Amino acid sequence: MRTLTSLFCCLWLLTTAAVAEPLPGEIEATEITAPVEITTEVLLQQLTEAKLKDTQDILEQLEAKAGEQLLPLFRSLLNGNLYYVKESAQVVIVNDDDSLLDALTGNAMAAVPSSELKKIRVNNTLRSYLRGAIARIQLTATNPERRLQAVRSLLSELDAPTVELIANLRQQETDADVQSIMDLALALDVVRTQTDTASRLSAIQIMQDSLESEVRIVLNQAVTDSDKQVQAAAKKALAAIEQRVEMFAFIDQLFFGLSLGSVLLLAAIGLAITFGVMGVINMAHGEMIMLGAYTTYVVQLLMPELIDYSLWVAIPLAFIVSGSVGMLIQRFVIRYLHGRPLETLLATFGISLVLQQLVRTIFSPLNRQVATPEWMSGSLEINPVLSLTLNRLYILAFALLVFFALQLILKKTNLGLNVRAVSQNRDMAKAMGIRTDWVDALTFGLGSGIAGIAGVALSQLTNVGPNLGQAYIIDSFMVVVFGGVGNLLGTLVAAFSLGIANKFLEPVTGAVLASILVLVFIILFIQKRPKGLFPQKGRAAE
Amino acid sequence: MNLIEKIFSIGREQPGSSTMPFVVILGALCILASAANLLVPVDSPLHVSTYTITLLGKYLCYAMLALAVDIIWGYCGILSLGHGAFFALGGYAMGMYLMRQIGDRGVYGNPELPDFMVFLNWTELPWYWQGMDQFWFAMLMVLLIPGLLAFVFGWLAFRSRVTGVYLSIMTQAMTYALMLAFFRNEMGFGGNNGLTDFKDLMGFDLQSDTTRVVLFLTTALMLGLIFILSKLILRSRFGKVIVAIRDGESRARFIGYHTERYKVWLFVYSAMIAAVAGALYVPQVGIINPGEFSPLNSIEVVVWVAVGGRGTLIGAVIGALLVNYAKTRFTAIMPEGWLFALGALFVLVTLFLPKGLVGLFSRRPGKAKPITAEPAKEERA
Amino acid sequence: MSTLDTAREIFDREHVWPFLMPKAPEIDVSKQVLLYVEGLSLSFDGFKALNDLNLYINDGELRCLIGANGAGKTTLMDVITGKTRCDSGTVYFGQTINLLEKDEAEIAQLGIGRKFQKPTVFEAHTVMDNLELALKASKQILFNLTARLTPAQVVRIEEVLEIVGLKEQRFMLAGALSHGQKQWLEIGMLLMSNPRLLLVDEPVAGMTAQETERTAELLTSLAGDHTVIVVEHDMEFVRSIARTVTVLHQGSVLAEGTMDQVQNHPDVIEVYLGEEH
Repeated sequence: MRTLTSLFCCLWLLTTAAVAEPLPGEIEATEITAPVEITTEVLLQQLTEAKLKDTQDILEQLEAKAGEQLLPLFRSLLNGNLYYVKESAQVVIVNDDDSLLDALTGNAMAAVPSSELKKIRVNNTLRSYLRGAIARIQLTATNPERRLQAVRSLLSELDAPTVELIANLRQQETDADVQSIMDLALALDVVRTQTDTASRLSAIQIMQDSLESEVRIVLNQAVTDSDKQVQAAAKKALAAIEQRVEMFAFIDQLFFGLSLGSVLLLAAIGLAITFGVMGVINMAHGEMIMLGAYTTYVVQLLMPELIDYSLWVAIPLAFIVSGSVGMLIQRFVIRYLHGRPLETLLATFGISLVLQQLVRTIFSPLNRQVATPEWMSGSLEINPVLSLTLNRLYILAFALLVFFALQLILKKTNLGLNVRAVSQNRDMAKAMGIRTDWVDALTFGLGSGIAGIAGVALSQLTNVGPNLGQAYIIDSFMVVVFGGVGNLLGTLVAAFSLGIANKFLEPVTGAVLASILVLVFIILFIQKRPKGLFPQKGRAAE
Repeated sequence: MNLIEKIFSIGREQPGSSTMPFVVILGALCILASAANLLVPVDSPLHVSTYTITLLGKYLCYAMLALAVDIIWGYCGILSLGHGAFFALGGYAMGMYLMRQIGDRGVYGNPELPDFMVFLNWTELPWYWQGMDQFWFAMLMVLLIPGLLAFVFGWLAFRSRVTGVYLSIMTQAMTYALMLAFFRNEMGFGGNNGLTDFKDLMGFDLQSDTTRVVLFLTTALMLGLIFILSKLILRSRFGKVIVAIRDGESRARFIGYHTERYKVWLFVYSAMIAAVAGALYVPQVGIINPGEFSPLNSIEVVVWVAVGGRGTLIGAVIGALLVNYAKTRFTAIMPEGWLFALGALFVLVTLFLPKGLVGLFSRRPGKAKPITAEPAKEERA
Repeated sequence: MSTLDTAREIFDREHVWPFLMPKAPEIDVSKQVLLYVEGLSLSFDGFKALNDLNLYINDGELRCLIGANGAGKTTLMDVITGKTRCDSGTVYFGQTINLLEKDEAEIAQLGIGRKFQKPTVFEAHTVMDNLELALKASKQILFNLTARLTPAQVVRIEEVLEIVGLKEQRFMLAGALSHGQKQWLEIGMLLMSNPRLLLVDEPVAGMTAQETERTAELLTSLAGDHTVIVVEHDMEFVRSIARTVTVLHQGSVLAEGTMDQVQNHPDVIEVYLGEEH
């Protein structure tokens, strides 16, 4: 799906570029009439007066003249931030905070009332030109990373002058990565424009190793080429590329599966403690997650200036909020229902209804948007067909962190020892002097607190609403049951395998059917192995 | 003869048993209410509005559903959080019949296809809609489809000895999965909107007072019949085995009962009752949509039973009527408050009223099969 | 009225529904051996509960199994009654019936009754109902929907109530009985089902000396018509009833013989009785 959209975008860019084609004829006309010595300032002056259809040649002349100096100007023009002062016709960049910069020099300027400013308009044709121009300017940038990006963004709009420019720059290029992408650009051009079979074949050879979507477009055209040899080579290259693309698409899906798995893990791991270790079924577990998410929301409301740090406050706070609510539930309700699991289920379900309604009354039944901190947004681009969104990556790491921390708590601390003792033999533990009721309360608090943390993480992926928890409760139970009750490692494996299974089914069956199939699978699985993937064996399990 | 004798002995067999009086009172009240609707003039203070009749009919359907849940939870210890699924499936089967009855009176005037299919540009009736224009066939499906689902689900679950909380969660997952499925347009059940805009049932206009009263009386009759039938079944040795399974499944197995078969058939019976309730519910409320599958609905039924007192069929009926009456009143006064009240009800009943309201009134030991021994060990295993 | 009576007969009597009756397979005891246990092994997470265990029980015998905790006595019973699946080995009932292929209910229907360590009765049923459920009759669903007690069965229930001494309590809920009474009720349920083979796990735990004596009497009187296997820790009790004793140790048979033979067996003295002396 993602590759399809990116293909579609490329096609769109191509067509817009094609629309822009007729303009060069006009450039020549203006060049003839204009005197040779036109300064940048004059051109800028013209820009303020020009009609939309003339704007491009002015920009082209500017590009030819000033190069890198104009990068901020072009950028702000592209973003629609370029204005001119009505009176002086001075071109200015208006920043987001309304401060003004001189477009050419980049110097700060005194504020001008907004009524005095007029926007320099652009249309789609111009925008696509601007993108190209920015890329061309960046081709000469000193940072190799910049140059690489510049060449890449030019791949979809290679016209003769650009190719020439790249060919020239290639001679002086020293950075290996930039060299190879430049070679690729030239190869693309060769395949598309030249007729010599040998050079086209070697160009295809170069293209074969690239995952750029442009390469595939060109190769697809070459498949229908009149030259049989080129046709065959293109087919072969295309097949090789498709294979790699498929592999990366696979990795992409795997990542999404792992991401879903990490969410499931976070949601289920608290449950694995309360249900698995204590044998208590907590239907309000989803609402503990919801409370965590709302804690994040409130924290961000209270510190709107410091969104970047809000999560560091929200995580411990959510743990405390959900954990203490969980302990309250344990002390006042669940404790009295010991050994009656079905009643516990009903009572905690009642609590979940109350909590949901409470949140609806306090925060309104509508979904709330929680902001994502700067450092969590964006994505990590590995190659043209594979990029991993940062927030999912962080949550994946976070889920694993929580998991291992919990393992440590259960294995190494005194509380963990007590919890395990109580879960294995309550009466014996009591006889050994362990205060089982407090251990229960603490365990429950721990499980609920982790649900709260899960809520913080979830708030970064979805909207926060009163029904947030409900959406995860059944899935979480499935994970715990699938993994084997009382086994944290099982929970981990189950969460990731269910997440991955879900994401791999989705493209085939659609999202809804995928989750249905997974549910059905687990129902059938439980028939075969009622105790889950990693059952506890022996007499103790009965 | 055996059967007839049994029916008449219901009142006699156990002194103080309230089955017969209860059924008689229920029937009498329903006939009175119907008469007050049809025969008493509208301006009389004794007149019962058609709205009330429909509302009562709805309550009776809920009571039937509660009965179904009680039979397997109260008597066999299987807490099903998915009975809403059988209710909804029965409702959908009835809804499909009613949709076909609309004929060419729909918005698009297609004689074959329901409106939503025309809207989706479907040209043909899907195979599973075939035959649903026949009343007898539709009624057969009302029983068969949920029964089959219950059989398959129960067979898989009970054979591999999934019990207690596990089973509850599985049933909840089942209804959840069905809800997701029915939300899909491609399923051919009207997606989000479900089936609605019904016109008539077997040629009778659904909007008319008489039809409504007849539907109401049919519901009451069915409830009475099912009540008596269930009582008979549960009083037979089969019923004794069922209670035995609740209190000591492995013991029952070691004296030679294939407990899983008993559980499966009881589950199927219970699912069919739920389906009948759903089928009677749909023509009275005039709509069936995937929301009926939502896990919340199913679990609400459980609380009706818990309030009334599980393990006593009367308790289930009383609980369903009371809680739903309270819900109607409550939502009219303060809509937001209802979920608080319902939630609190869950907690309070389980904490302070484990035997339900009926348990409050029958304190004599040995009567009404008290729930003394929750087989805690087995369920945790 | 006579037609009505016939009709009632038709509806009530189980012999009218022969197709509902389970066809009880013939138990072939031509070699005088009722139960063959051979090469039985079972381990839980590396702990060997049963280790190549061989045991033969003669038809009509009363056999006592003794052994320390964890010797595999209860596990052996679990395997015989189908509660636990073994890893390897065979269990035959008579010469022809492979018990490992059958589930608990089928094994029970074959005539193998079991009494648990902890008395398990149906607490929400009356004593009468408990006995009725244990009746040796069809356990099919359809049959039990219409089943009623025949006069002969009522007489049998009365007899059993007499034997277990619960005549007075027949209409009491089983849950209201004392611990000892529950033990007796469970024994009564076993008697009702009239099993070919009885597996009795610690029958006298929690009983008074007098009750213990009665139990001993009962078990010895049952032997002959029935085959009885008793697991018991109470050595006095074992001595009072035992003809043949089998000693289990770490999942396999250590010694077998009369009580005196066993007590003087060098291996037994070493590993089991040795610890007590």
